[in-house]
Amino acid sequence: MLEIDRDLGRFRDIVKGRVRKDLRRYMSSGELIGRQGKELVSIPLPQIGIPRLRYGKNDQGVGQGEGEEGDGAGQGPQAGDSAGEHMLEVELSVDELAEILGEELELPLIEPKGERESQSERARYKGITQTGPESLRHFKRTYKQALKRTIASGGFDPRRPVIVPIKEDKRYRTYVIEKEPRSAAVLIYMMDVSGSMGKEQKEIVRSEAFWIDTWIRHNYDDVATRFIIHDATAREVDRDTFFRTRESGGTLISSAYKLAMEIIDKDYPASEWNIYPFHFSDGDNWSQSDTRACVELLQSRMIPVANQFSYAQVDSQYGSGQFIKDLHEAFGDQDVVTLSRIPNRDAIMESIKELLGKGR
Amino acid sequence: MAFIPSRFLREGRQLPAELEEARVAITELARSYGLDFFDTIFEMCTYEEINMLASYGGFPVRYPHWRWGMEYLQMQKGYEYGLSKIYEMVINTDPSYAYLMDNNLMVDQKLVMAHVYGHVDFFRNNLWFAHTNRRMLDEMANHAAKIRRIIDRRGQNEVEQFIDLCLSVDNLIDPYAPHIKRKRTVSEEEIERAELRRDEVQRMPAKPYMDKFINPPEFLDEQRKRKQAELEQLRSFPEEPERDVLGFLLDHAPLERWQQDVLSIIREEAYYFAPQGQTKIMNEGWATYWHTKMMTQDILTDAEVIDYADHHSGTVAMKPGQLNPYKLGVELWRHIEERWDKGRFGKAWTELEDPRDRRAWDTGAGLGREKIFEVRRTHNDITFLDTFLTADFCRDQGFFTTKYDPKARQWVIDSREFADVKQQLLQMLVSRGTPRVYVDDGNHANRGELRLEHAYEGLDVKLEWASTVLGNLAGLWKRPVHLDTYLEGKPVLLSHDGSEFRKHHRKEAS
Repeated sequence: MLEIDRDLGRFRDIVKGRVRKDLRRYMSSGELIGRQGKELVSIPLPQIGIPRLRYGKNDQGVGQGEGEEGDGAGQGPQAGDSAGEHMLEVELSVDELAEILGEELELPLIEPKGERESQSERARYKGITQTGPESLRHFKRTYKQALKRTIASGGFDPRRPVIVPIKEDKRYRTYVIEKEPRSAAVLIYMMDVSGSMGKEQKEIVRSEAFWIDTWIRHNYDDVATRFIIHDATAREVDRDTFFRTRESGGTLISSAYKLAMEIIDKDYPASEWNIYPFHFSDGDNWSQSDTRACVELLQSRMIPVANQFSYAQVDSQYGSGQFIKDLHEAFGDQDVVTLSRIPNRDAIMESIKELLGKGR
Repeated sequence: MAFIPSRFLREGRQLPAELEEARVAITELARSYGLDFFDTIFEMCTYEEINMLASYGGFPVRYPHWRWGMEYLQMQKGYEYGLSKIYEMVINTDPSYAYLMDNNLMVDQKLVMAHVYGHVDFFRNNLWFAHTNRRMLDEMANHAAKIRRIIDRRGQNEVEQFIDLCLSVDNLIDPYAPHIKRKRTVSEEEIERAELRRDEVQRMPAKPYMDKFINPPEFLDEQRKRKQAELEQLRSFPEEPERDVLGFLLDHAPLERWQQDVLSIIREEAYYFAPQGQTKIMNEGWATYWHTKMMTQDILTDAEVIDYADHHSGTVAMKPGQLNPYKLGVELWRHIEERWDKGRFGKAWTELEDPRDRRAWDTGAGLGREKIFEVRRTHNDITFLDTFLTADFCRDQGFFTTKYDPKARQWVIDSREFADVKQQLLQMLVSRGTPRVYVDDGNHANRGELRLEHAYEGLDVKLEWASTVLGNLAGLWKRPVHLDTYLEGKPVLLSHDGSEFRKHHRKEAS
C-alpha cells in the first residue's frame, strides 16, 4: 500500500460528503446520467480547493510568436489563476453512489427472496485430465505419475533418479463447471410515448430510471433491464430508443402490460427472478374500458409474479392524470403496488423515495 | 530521528549499472562546467510512486491531508489518459534527492540528470534559497509525526479542518524576509507611563487672570489630543505594518497549544516552498540551459538525437498566447550570456543607436559565463526580468501582449511595443503571486479586531475568495477581521465577523 492511499481515502470521503450534500441537485438536474460506466459513475464536482487571497481575473497577457496587432492569439492566458474554476471529475463506484442514495433517502435494503435465485455457471480450473494443451500441463502431477510408473516398472535408480515422463504420464488442468446461486432481478421499464409526453417528462423518467437502476443494482447480484414503449401499441426497444422516441397517437396502456407479461413469461420465470415492472406515463388512457383491462391484467397476472409493481405519473400539461386515481381506487393500500406522482424535477427525490421506500 | 518509509531513500538502493555509469559521467561533466551542487541521489520510481511523490511536493512523508489525495488522483488520471507525465522531480535538500521514472528511455534519464544538476546548483547558490532548511526531508517527516500525534488526541476532523483554515492563509507570509523576525518591543510599563502622562497636561505658569491667555483652552485640548494619540500609537500593534501575517497570528491569536503547533508547521513549510515560486522562470531556464548544453555538446550519442530533440522541444514548446517558463528562462539566460560575451553593456553600448552597428557589436569581452553564474546568485524572477529583458530580446523573441476582445470573443494581439510587453510581463509575475497584505492593526478600534491592509497595485483581489479567507482569518483570530483594499478603483473595507461578510465603502486614508 502506498502512503498516499490514506490521503486518497480521506479525499474520497470528502467527495462523498459533497455528493451527499448535493444529492437533490444531482437528482433533479440529471447531471449524472450518461456518466455511468459498468461499475463507475463519474461525478462532476466544482473543484474542491483551498481558498486563498488571490487576484481576480486578468484580461491581459503576454504571448510569443508571429502575427499582426489585432490578430487572434490562441487561447490566451488562463483567466486569473484557473485553480478553483475548472471542474473536477471524480469516479465513484455505482455501489458507493447507491449507498449514499440509500442513506440520504433512508431506503430500506431489499429483503432478498430466498427462493428466487438464478443459477449462474462459472468455469473454474479445478480438474485434472489426461489430455490437454501443453500450456495447461500440471507439472507436479505429471512428475508424480512418471515417478510411480518408473518405480512400478523397476527402472528407478536412487543413485541416479532420472524420471522421464512419457505421453501416458502427462496430466493437464481442466475446468469444471460450477453452479453458483445468485440473486437476480429484472427491471422492466414501460413508458407512454404518446404525444402528450414531452421532452421534460422524458428527462424526468430518465432521471428516475437512472436512480432506480443504481439502487436495484446495489441490491442484487445480477440485474437485467428491458424497455417497452407504447402508445396505442407496445413494442420492445433498447435503452437509447426508449428515451428518445416520441410518437403521436392514442394511448392503450394495456398493450404495454401485455407485452411485459409476454417478456416475463418467456425469459424471467418468477422462481428465479425478482421482477420489477415500472410504468411511467402522464396518466392519460384511451378509455375506461382499457383501464379496466389494465387493472384486470395487473391483478390476475402481473402482481402474482412481481416483487412490486410501480406506477409513476409525470405531470404534463395535456394529460388528465386520471390513471393514477383509477389504480389507487383499484389497489388501494396493497403493498405490492406503488404509486407516485411527479409534478416536476424537484420531486424526483421524493418520488424515488416512494417507489423504493418499501424495501420489496 | 525522523521516520522515512523504507521503500524510499533506502541505503544502497542502486541504479542499474548502465544508469549508474551515466550518472557518474554526468556528475563529472556538470562539475567541469562549474556547476556547484549538493550531492544528489537519484531514485528509480514507478509512475505511481513518482505521482505520489509529486502530490506530496517531492517528499516521501507529509502530514495526513486530503489534498494530497486529490492531487494524486488528478495526476494519475493525467498520466493514464496520456495527457501529462512527470519527467523529473528534485527536492531542495542536502543531499538532494531526484526521482527518475523507471520506464523512461535512457536518453530521457540522461536529460533528466543533466537538468537536475542545473536545479541543484540553483538551489544551493541562489540567494533566495539561502534560508531554506536543507534538512527538510527530516523536518517534513517530523511535521507528519507531530500532526499524527495531534490527530490521535484531537480527532481527524477537528485537526483537518484547522489545517484547512491555516492553508487558506499560508500565502500571507513575507517571502522577502524569512529570516527577519520583527518583535513587539513596547513594554507594558511604557504604556502605563504614557497613560499617566496623558492625564497631566503641561501648563505654563501664569497668574489666574492671565491663565486663559497664556494657556488657552484650545492649546490644552490640542496637547491632550496629542498625548492621547501617542498613547494609541504605543498601544497599537504591530508598530510597523507586518507582512508576515502568519507569524503575527502565531504570536497573538488566541490559539490552543496544538493549534499553534499546526500553524507553525504550515508556516514553516510555506516559507520553505516560497522561493521556488519566486524563481520559477530563472530556475527552470537555468536547468534547461544546462541540460541543453551538456546533452548537445557532450552526452548524446548519434542514435539518441531524434528522441532528445523530440522531448526537448516538448519542454520548451509554447502554446499560442501562453508563457512557458522553460522557454522564456532559457532564452533569457542565453541572451545574457551573449551580451556579456560580446561586451554589449555599459555606456558605449547603451548610446549606440544604429541597428546595424548594434548587430555587429562585439568587443570579444568573453564575460558571458561569469555573468550568468553571478546573476543566478542574486536575482529572483522579477528582478531578473526587470534587469535583463531588453528591447532587442523582446523583438528577437517576438513577444506581444494580448487582450481579450469581447466582440470577436477571442484573444487578440494587442501590442508589440517593448514597454508594453515588459510592463505586462512584470504585472503577470506580480499578479500570479499573492496580493501584498500587511497587518495594520491588531487592536483595531481598541476592540481587539484585526485590520489588514492590501498594498494595492491596480489589481483587484478576487472577492469571493477574499470573503472566505477573511472568514477563515476571523476563525483564527476569533474577533472580526477587516481588509482595506480597492475594488474597481474605489476604496473599500471588507470585513468578516466570523459569521457574516460585509463590504463597506471607506474614505481614503489621508
